[in-house]
Amino acid sequence: MTRFSRARVAIAAAAALPLVLVAACSGSDGGTDGDGGGDGDVTELHVLDYYNNDPNKTVWQGVLDACAAEVGVELNRESVPGGDLIAKVLQMSSSRTLPDVLMLDNPDVQQIAESGALAPLSQFGLDPGGIAEGVLSASTYEDELYALQPVTNTIALFYNTQVLADAGIEPPTTWEELETAAAALTEGDQYGLALSAINTYEGTWQFLPFMWSNGGDEADIATEEVAGALQLWKDLLDSGSMSQSVVTWSQADVADQFSSGNAAMMVNGPWNFGTLAENAELEYGIVPIPAPAAGDTVVSPFGGEAWAVPQTGDDARMAVAAEFVQCLVGEDAVVDAAVGTNTVPTDPSLSAAVVEQVPNLASFAEQVPDLRARTGELGPEWPTQATAIYEAVQNALVGGMSPEDALAQAQNG
Amino acid sequence: MTSTEVRVGSGGLAPPGPARPARRRSSGRGRLVQVAFLIPAAVYLVLFFGYPVVKNITMGFQEYTTRTFYTGEAPWVGFANYVTAVTDPVFDRALLNTGLFTVGSILGQFTIGLAIALFFHRRFHLSGVLRSLLLLPWLVPMIAASAVWRWILDTDHGVLNRTLDLLPFLDGRPAWLTSTTLALVAVIIVNIWLGIPFNATILYGGLQEIPEELYEAGSLDGATGARAFRHITWPLLRGVVTVVLVLGVVYTLKVLDVILGLTNGGPANATQTISTFSYHMSFREFDFGVGAALGNILVLISLVFAIVYLRLNRRAIDE
Repeated sequence: MTRFSRARVAIAAAAALPLVLVAACSGSDGGTDGDGGGDGDVTELHVLDYYNNDPNKTVWQGVLDACAAEVGVELNRESVPGGDLIAKVLQMSSSRTLPDVLMLDNPDVQQIAESGALAPLSQFGLDPGGIAEGVLSASTYEDELYALQPVTNTIALFYNTQVLADAGIEPPTTWEELETAAAALTEGDQYGLALSAINTYEGTWQFLPFMWSNGGDEADIATEEVAGALQLWKDLLDSGSMSQSVVTWSQADVADQFSSGNAAMMVNGPWNFGTLAENAELEYGIVPIPAPAAGDTVVSPFGGEAWAVPQTGDDARMAVAAEFVQCLVGEDAVVDAAVGTNTVPTDPSLSAAVVEQVPNLASFAEQVPDLRARTGELGPEWPTQATAIYEAVQNALVGGMSPEDALAQAQNG
Repeated sequence: MTSTEVRVGSGGLAPPGPARPARRRSSGRGRLVQVAFLIPAAVYLVLFFGYPVVKNITMGFQEYTTRTFYTGEAPWVGFANYVTAVTDPVFDRALLNTGLFTVGSILGQFTIGLAIALFFHRRFHLSGVLRSLLLLPWLVPMIAASAVWRWILDTDHGVLNRTLDLLPFLDGRPAWLTSTTLALVAVIIVNIWLGIPFNATILYGGLQEIPEELYEAGSLDGATGARAFRHITWPLLRGVVTVVLVLGVVYTLKVLDVILGLTNGGPANATQTISTFSYHMSFREFDFGVGAALGNILVLISLVFAIVYLRLNRRAIDE
């Protein structure tokens, strides 16, 4: 054999090396499964959330740390971007590496509970306290409570104080007033109203207060009531009081439009306070979303996240995790989180302490007892119907269909 | 390996010439070495191509939901996912859009790419610099590019419409991303912009391959300009053209990020394609079975073009 061919054998061996490594890796996989001990003292909890941006990230770190101290554990906190959370949870489900404490966006709770990955909280004797009925329904799946939600938010009508004052217009309280005001406030580059009718769940979320307040229901959207709400949006668009771009705007885009003076009013939520504060010249006020007619109750969906205890198979850790979750809905945690992240307590009795510190939250706090869960009725079927709703909205707004036809097509799809 | 593939694979820079005769070895050890060299590639293919494809095919026949991830159970449901996918009112629209998007993108990319390749084929000052600048769209991350394009195409404040305002004969502003008729056009335009570098680069490589003498001989016979293109350039470029078109079709069929970034399939499903629809079913509605079924339909369509490619390729060799 020549030196040349010996070199070739060496190269071939090197080429085959990755194989060996792959084999070695897959071999070691099984070994890591049984971590978490299970016996004796629990000194550390693995927490997963999606508060990965400030101020939420820091505020929640403070709240979590305080509860960790109370329960007497160290925290191993992981924050992923919002869009990655469900994928991460599914991945953890299948590899049996679920965290001890899991934060979920409230419409996702039932979906994950249905998969079997969450522990029913009744087994730990957790107390939901004064949390509003609507909020609890989103955390409940098949009569079992699976998560506790400390704070919430919803949407309302923001208006540019200066622009409305100049035009001599009062903030609208009914649909009729909304249409009149929006038309009167539309001039030049400024639209009267901005909202998000985008083809994502954000668009559905923005449409819900109009649809629900008018007596519509998500179980059957091919009704007069829902069509009435959609007609309002269509009229606002057709009359030019809203830009046609509403069908592509996310709520963040809407806040930008409002902040830069391209819209006199907007439908949006308190999580934009930070963005709006960046424009020092902007002065704005907030009122509830206008009702169909004077005296009607406005029913809005609620946002925010709930905390759950996944089925990790380690009873001792799960018990401590449950204790930790109980602490997160305690008064101190709720008030700190609400004030720090511009949200309102899900327990209306705690609202006063929060509104005192952040007066802008008043019109959001007022709505808490009437807030309605997106998943309250349809549970894990909600995503399908949420898609149908935003598709109908888009078909009516820019697809050339009448609200009735668009809704009928979406419902009977 | 065929000579066509060699040329394309190296961007047309490989010198043409007869293939080197394979050295034959009969010793068992030599054979072992050969196998050892093949194994990594084979394992790679099985692991990263074979497994996902098989998994996707089986998933299309299963009820695969969020529950599956925790319990590991995915009941077999036969063709139910395919029925759900195909009978969805969005499906017809998505199929049509996929066709229009692919044909529109390919026509634009190929024509402009070929024009640019021909233009740069005549060397001139700075042609090298300009040619490398053409590759820029390839270097911009798609998320960034689509954000910028959204800004350019904005109806009220976009730079495109602000420029169009200056035109006297144009009344009103086109709603590029918000009108159901224009949105698909806008998405195609952006995808054409994205695909030009690929087409131009490979076609330019193909042009380099055509021996200069042919043009000299042609010009003696009076074949210059358009005639030279028709009788010399086009016939000799045909192999490369086939590759560019077939690869282009396969790439375009599966485009996802461009559309998600610009319109997310909207407004009112006006830009929904099979791939965005599949993404929606899997990652928004968590119905992975239906999502996989749609993915498989897309793979089937791509496969048709792959077969066309192989056929044409074989014919080219036979010639």
